Amino acid sequence: MTQRPLVLRGGRVLDPSTNTDHAGDVVIIDGRVASVESRTTSVEDAEIIDCDGLIVSPGFIDVHCHLREPGREDVETIATGARAAAAGGFTAVCAMPNTDPVTDNQAAVGFIIRQAQRAQASRVHVIGAISVGQKGETLAEFGEMVAAGAVAVSDDGRPVVSAQLMRTALEYARTFAIPVIDHCEEPTLSQGGSMNEGIISARLGLKGIPSEAEEIMVIRDILLARRTGGHVHLAHMSTVGSVELIRWGKERGINVTAEVCPHHISLTEERVVGYDTNAKMNPPLRTARDVEALREAVKDGTIDMIATDHAPHHYDEKEREFADAPNGIIGLETALAVSVTNLVETGHIDFSTLVDKMSCAPAKLFGLPGGTLAKGAVADVTVFDPDREWDVEPSQLLTKGRNTPYAGMRLKGRAVFTIVGGATVHRL
Amino acid sequence: MTSALGKDLLGLESLTSEQIRLILDTAEPFKEISERAIKKVPALRGSTIVNLFFENSTRTRISFEFAEKRLSADTVNVASSGSSVQKGETLVDTARNLEAMRIDMVVIRHGASGAAQFLAERIESNVINAGDGTHEHPTQGLLDLLTLRDRLGDLAGKRVCICGDVLHSRVARSNIWGLKHVGAEVAVCGPRSLLPNAIEEFGVIVFDRIEEAIEWADALNVLRLQLERMTAGYIPSSREYNRVFGVSRERLERAPRDILILHPGPMNRGVEIDSDVADGPHSVILHQVTNGVAIRMAVLYLLAGGRPELAEAAKGGRA
Amino acid sequence: MADEIVELNEGTENLVIVGIQRRGVQLARRISALIEESENAKVLQGSLDITLYRDDLQTVGPRPVVGPTDIPWDIDGRNVVIVDDVLYTGRTVRAALDELADFGRPAHIALAVLIDRGGRELPIQPDIVGKAISIEAGERVDVLVEDLDGRTAVIIPANTEITEP
Repeated sequence: MTQRPLVLRGGRVLDPSTNTDHAGDVVIIDGRVASVESRTTSVEDAEIIDCDGLIVSPGFIDVHCHLREPGREDVETIATGARAAAAGGFTAVCAMPNTDPVTDNQAAVGFIIRQAQRAQASRVHVIGAISVGQKGETLAEFGEMVAAGAVAVSDDGRPVVSAQLMRTALEYARTFAIPVIDHCEEPTLSQGGSMNEGIISARLGLKGIPSEAEEIMVIRDILLARRTGGHVHLAHMSTVGSVELIRWGKERGINVTAEVCPHHISLTEERVVGYDTNAKMNPPLRTARDVEALREAVKDGTIDMIATDHAPHHYDEKEREFADAPNGIIGLETALAVSVTNLVETGHIDFSTLVDKMSCAPAKLFGLPGGTLAKGAVADVTVFDPDREWDVEPSQLLTKGRNTPYAGMRLKGRAVFTIVGGATVHRL
Repeated sequence: MTSALGKDLLGLESLTSEQIRLILDTAEPFKEISERAIKKVPALRGSTIVNLFFENSTRTRISFEFAEKRLSADTVNVASSGSSVQKGETLVDTARNLEAMRIDMVVIRHGASGAAQFLAERIESNVINAGDGTHEHPTQGLLDLLTLRDRLGDLAGKRVCICGDVLHSRVARSNIWGLKHVGAEVAVCGPRSLLPNAIEEFGVIVFDRIEEAIEWADALNVLRLQLERMTAGYIPSSREYNRVFGVSRERLERAPRDILILHPGPMNRGVEIDSDVADGPHSVILHQVTNGVAIRMAVLYLLAGGRPELAEAAKGGRA
Repeated sequence: MADEIVELNEGTENLVIVGIQRRGVQLARRISALIEESENAKVLQGSLDITLYRDDLQTVGPRPVVGPTDIPWDIDGRNVVIVDDVLYTGRTVRAALDELADFGRPAHIALAVLIDRGGRELPIQPDIVGKAISIEAGERVDVLVEDLDGRTAVIIPANTEITEP
């Protein structure tokens, strides 16, 4: 399939991986970055996309989302998820394995990859399960899964309860140089909880999940990473305590990386007052102090990347008593705007750091293609408008899910073109 | 429908002190009706009220039923157990079905905090929260306030201590909000494992020992200790609970003043409260039960409101 | 009016004076006092709040305040005299009759009012009337009593015709 050459003309080319930040053109030929220059000479037969007023960056990569297929195609499929991701500016996502059946073997990995290829939207990398069936008992076949295309392993949805199993996973994963992603939650402390433990949970009569439920597992995983030399990646960090522990670990050169979700740097537990199930997720929304600590952690590098934990649920499932509703909100299409509003506009970081958190770091730390506009790199590019304001109308999103706490809000920042391997998979 | 309380009674946290006083004052004449030979007034004649109880509760349901019948309303009891998920019919569907049957008011008790609000937001009928999870039990809070007011007069500045498992108690929460709204000083007493971690932020005094509470209080509201708390590991045993926190005659004798003893019922005699206290001279427990019917009548009366637009058609004269 | 009541009842035997809230209660008290003084006998006196028996409860707007009802004795077989300040449509008295019926079965019920302003909407007539007047529907009659208003008076619009009962 020969593609026409593509010229992204006149935008602000922002690529932290090559220290690029200037107005210019990006030329893409045969699915790869041919050049990045201030002014291009004309390219034969090229499609030209005018990027005036827009930022042109390496494509965003989301290392944490739930695409629900196989098993819950009623709430999302790989196709609808990949298209939603592209609409959000993501050129690649990593799909978590808590599907039905669980993605814990090579055949399951292959299935997801094929479905993603059919969708022809953003790339979908597969995260395999740590344990068979995510039961937390025996290791899944990391080798076979990696050979089939898996890029990491995780039992996300659930914590790895057994420290011994986590240790073994970290050691075994070293052979394949993949990260082990943990959902940090000490289950006896969190059991029955549906929101952060604090004054709000006490007022609302909801059982709370104390921040220690996360922090206890964070330090456990950091210590095990130290012991084993493995790479542990901490999913959806949400507390000031976790941030302090990660800092402690990094200071000692331990191979720990961490991600934060846009909702944890923008919303607090106050959002739960009124029992809105679109404010229910795990880990839960915490306090203003936690939000500020997480924003600072993004700024100082303690938090390496921004991930969405996109988790669509059926309207009926969320339309019930708070304690019974499932955890999770969608996030692929709002991630950029929420991050711009709550990290860049607040002065915590600039766009260069944002692009690093959303693209360069995920690619680098997970060993994924993309994350750079260096010459010869695969042409995964995000062109976004940092000033574009838009209203979040759930029924108009590409994801099948409607469960977002940002419904009805006006946000700032939107992807305009998403280019994967030189092909434009999304146009606003 | 106009009503000084709005469409629903979901909790005491969001009421003003004026609204609380209105309910207490309205309950006064309703007390007398229960003393008559014919305990019935036609005020809510023709209204249909459904008692939707997802949790077992004989005493609260009966109290509401008496209140409804004494106001001449037609009542229907729907008892259901389990969550929406277990039952197979969601709370949303239940709500819509009720509305389709043109129910005027729903009294709901449910095991999930927020269930009453969930229902109220989805149906036009008045919704009265008879207890939602561990969140609020407003009519219980109100009848406790009325009982205290009967005996102590104006509650501003009076000292009331809530004793026991505050963490899991909707009665405690409603009492805390209600008492604070009327200007009382509020304290709680119990083992820390049964108090919310953020309890100080409620603006209440915390006593670790029952003796301190008795020293301080004008009244104790003694909560029922649920036996499940032992199996869940919050406290070691009911025996120890009684020895350390039990309200006993010996402890009360050392009180510097005549303390009132309240209990929402049902009582675990010998656990949180000893029999000679429950049946003794300080106890106003039965008084609470009597007031319960009056309060519930007052709430139903106030929420049902009037509909002045019908007055156009009625063209009624007065006097 | 007090004398007329005694005369109607042929004495004070079994006599019960019940005032309708709020001003009827004040009048009932005064009447009972007068009877007791002149007949040298105790007369039972109670009060009735008819709010919950109003026929317009569903349409009247914000809930009217319910006052106290105090009938602490058995009314079976007694001669009850209902006392109110102004008789107009008759609906208040209808409500009072319904409410009394829930208390028991008096041998006889009579109605005594201070002012009869006409304009009946129900077939209810007073047995004893202080003064009868004839005024328009839109006009007001106000009876003031010491306890509630600080003075005793009846206020009627100017040029109202007063007739003896």
